[in-house]
Amino acid sequence: MTDLAPVLILGGRSDIGLAIAHRFARAGHPIVLAARNAETLKDEQNDIAVRYNVTVALTEFDALNTAQMPDFVGQLDPFPKIIVSVIGTMGDQSAGEKDLDAAAQVMRANYEGPALIVGLFAQRLAETGNGTIIGISSVAGDRGRATNYIYGSAKAGFTAYLSGLRNRLADKGVHVITVKPGFVATQMTANMDLPQALTAAPTEVAEKVFQATQSRRNIIYVRPIWWLIMRIICAIPESIFKKLSL
Amino acid sequence: MTRTTDIMGWGRYPRKPGQMVRPRTETEIRAHVAQNGIIARGNGRAYGDSAIGSASTLDMRAMNRMISFDDTHGQLVAEAGVLLGDVIDAFLPRGWFPFVTPGTKFVSLGGAIAADVHGKNHHCDGSFGAFVNWIDVMDAAGHVTRASRFENTDLFAWTIGGMGLTGVILRAAIRLRPVETAWIQQNSLVAPNLTAAIQTIENTQAATYSVAWIDCLAKGKNLGRSIIMLGEHATLSDLPAERRDHPFSTPQRKKKTFPFDAPTACLNKATVKLFNALYWRKGKQSTGTSLVDWDSYFYPLDAILKWNRLYGRAGFVQFQCVLPLDQSEAGLTAILTETAAAGQGSFLAVLKRFGVQDSKLSFPTEGYTLALDFPANAKTLALLDRLDAITLDHGGRFYLAKDARLAAATLHKSDPRMSDLRQMRLKSGLDRQFSSAQSERLLL
Ligand SMILES: Cc1cc2nc3c(=O)[nH]c(=O)nc-3n(C[C@H](O)[C@H](O)[C@H](O)COP(=O)(O)OP(=O)(O)OC[C@H]3O[C@@H](n4cnc5c(N)ncnc54)[C@H](O)[C@@H]3O)c2cc1C
Ligand SMILES: NC(=O)c1ccc[n+]([C@@H]2O[C@H](COP(=O)([O-])OP(=O)(O)OC[C@H]3O[C@@H](n4cnc5c(N)ncnc54)[C@H](OP(=O)(O)O)[C@@H]3O)[C@@H](O)[C@H]2O)c1
Repeated sequence: MTDLAPVLILGGRSDIGLAIAHRFARAGHPIVLAARNAETLKDEQNDIAVRYNVTVALTEFDALNTAQMPDFVGQLDPFPKIIVSVIGTMGDQSAGEKDLDAAAQVMRANYEGPALIVGLFAQRLAETGNGTIIGISSVAGDRGRATNYIYGSAKAGFTAYLSGLRNRLADKGVHVITVKPGFVATQMTANMDLPQALTAAPTEVAEKVFQATQSRRNIIYVRPIWWLIMRIICAIPESIFKKLSL
Repeated sequence: MTRTTDIMGWGRYPRKPGQMVRPRTETEIRAHVAQNGIIARGNGRAYGDSAIGSASTLDMRAMNRMISFDDTHGQLVAEAGVLLGDVIDAFLPRGWFPFVTPGTKFVSLGGAIAADVHGKNHHCDGSFGAFVNWIDVMDAAGHVTRASRFENTDLFAWTIGGMGLTGVILRAAIRLRPVETAWIQQNSLVAPNLTAAIQTIENTQAATYSVAWIDCLAKGKNLGRSIIMLGEHATLSDLPAERRDHPFSTPQRKKKTFPFDAPTACLNKATVKLFNALYWRKGKQSTGTSLVDWDSYFYPLDAILKWNRLYGRAGFVQFQCVLPLDQSEAGLTAILTETAAAGQGSFLAVLKRFGVQDSKLSFPTEGYTLALDFPANAKTLALLDRLDAITLDHGGRFYLAKDARLAAATLHKSDPRMSDLRQMRLKSGLDRQFSSAQSERLLL
């Protein structure tokens, strides 16, 4: 089992990121959890190591600190073959409408940071000719809506970036997966009242991501119903859409 | 995170609106326990109101990290919200299995300890508590005490089987059993009536696992007819040659989820009767020995997630008592006769022989335990009152993890240890700090 590809989780504290780490560890993959204040993830590190008998490392990572990114990638040992970016932040839409810094922060954490870092990894993986890049984006990026277009537009950017990366690396042996989870019951959404039938558990996201990695899927919606919902939302003519409150 | 919702147990009866909090760290728990009227909740598999706080309920499921595993002694240290199913997932592939497991793997370690659950091997191995090396318990002041058979022994004894009424179990060290395979060698026997069933169970006490399913609609000379299922952990040599290379891999069972609340009419006398008759016929045909995977053997019901919806929105109640050995046959006959006469057959009627156990609060004691479940309605609740009386008459006692409706007087009459618990709680102030809907109803 020792030669299974190491998996790097960027955003290792998030419920979705941890669930993905558990899923790969269960299959025997070594894990690296990257996060801000990584040392506070010792319990989670230990948990995964005890459960699955794999090595789990912690490493410090801030997606807004772009200057540090080349060093971050350079110091990783063993070098991961499967890179998962879970980084993101919902932000406060109404604050972002008035406050440029707040809006910029959301844009950077959902687009700039994740895109730049997976771009760096893509470069390295392309050299060796294999590996998988998995980006957690969002259905919110499929069409901008009044209530969350700052977050949504950044996710749209990330989705487009992943799409381009996939296109570029298709014949270089590196596979890129875009994940659009739909609603997920996590800390991010703990205070929201989400419809049960449309809301996935983090373990469900993890299972889908794991399977998509095995079967080299390109774009996945976690609950299939979301594919349909988004097709409908995207099909509404703009003249009508602009008057709706969704 | 704090929510106000309807809180209920597995039987979905009763439901109480209340506040539920889901801490992720010890520090967050400390902040919550300062509040009076709180109770810890594991995975909500107790049937009634044991895990419904009188003011607030502490959902422990996010406290689910494993801490260490010692593979020379098979000791696992883990947070209380870890599920038994997680333990199996992690350690069965490495040759370890829980020493004691209830009929569902979806229980937390905290819940298994607080109810001191029993399995099909109680007559050989005792209850879950026997394999707990130590526990860390937080009191209302936020202070954490490590308790075991060697230190803070009183706290240890009160907490095992204490239904969360002594504080919050944060983490525990439990011992696992080494196994060679993930398979069980099962042997099923048929008994035409209760006397024969008891006789068969007594004669097969050497079997590690033993449990009987009773056809509780059978009357007269068939009263108590049963299928007795014995089991042993299969050794490597018990496996067919082609399985010996992968002794821990078993076929993945397909999970199904019961999709909606069944209309009450779905579960009437006729369906219960049909089910019992079919089960009986199937059981009779499949007697003899067979190799069964661990999941199907220990957890047949877990294959259908949310099966509790089968009983509709009104929910259902369990009745589980234990009768001392010398009263078992008489008491069981009376209970089964009363049940069959009421025409209120239960889908699941499970009979099990307990071995000797002497503990401060735990349910098991030497004798026979019977578990029945019924839809929650006025008629069955009245029947349960009559079954309580029969149990009292035969010197039996009741399982709090299954109870949703017992009267305080009945409980205290059946089990003098409950008054000791109440006295202890009154004296220490625990009665105000940690309390559930059940502890209030039963004056604990
Ligand atoms: C299908 C099915 C089959 C079952 N079979 C059996 C069986 O064979 N044998 C058996 O003994 N039981 C059986 N049970 C009952 C079940 O094992 C117990 O009710 C067990 O306590 C449930 O664990 P839980 O984690 O869901 O706890 P909950 O139901 O959430 O809580 C149960 C009790 O434990 C306390 N508790 C939970 N966590 C903590 C904690 N961290 N600290 C302090 N107190 C805590 C609660 O306050 C409550 O009093 C069965 C239940 C089901 C649904
Ligand atoms: N929950 C949903 O319904 C839902 C739906 C669709 C998509 N998603 C996406 O799924 C991903 C995971 O979300 P979640 O629900 O698990 O929420 P979460 O717990 O809030 O996860 C977000 C993660 O991103 C990290 N992060 C944010 N900014 C960062 C930065 N500058 N540097 C490093 N890490 C940073 C956070 O780290 P810290 O812990 O250090 O803050 C956190 O671990 C996100 O991308 C989210 O947009 C979620």
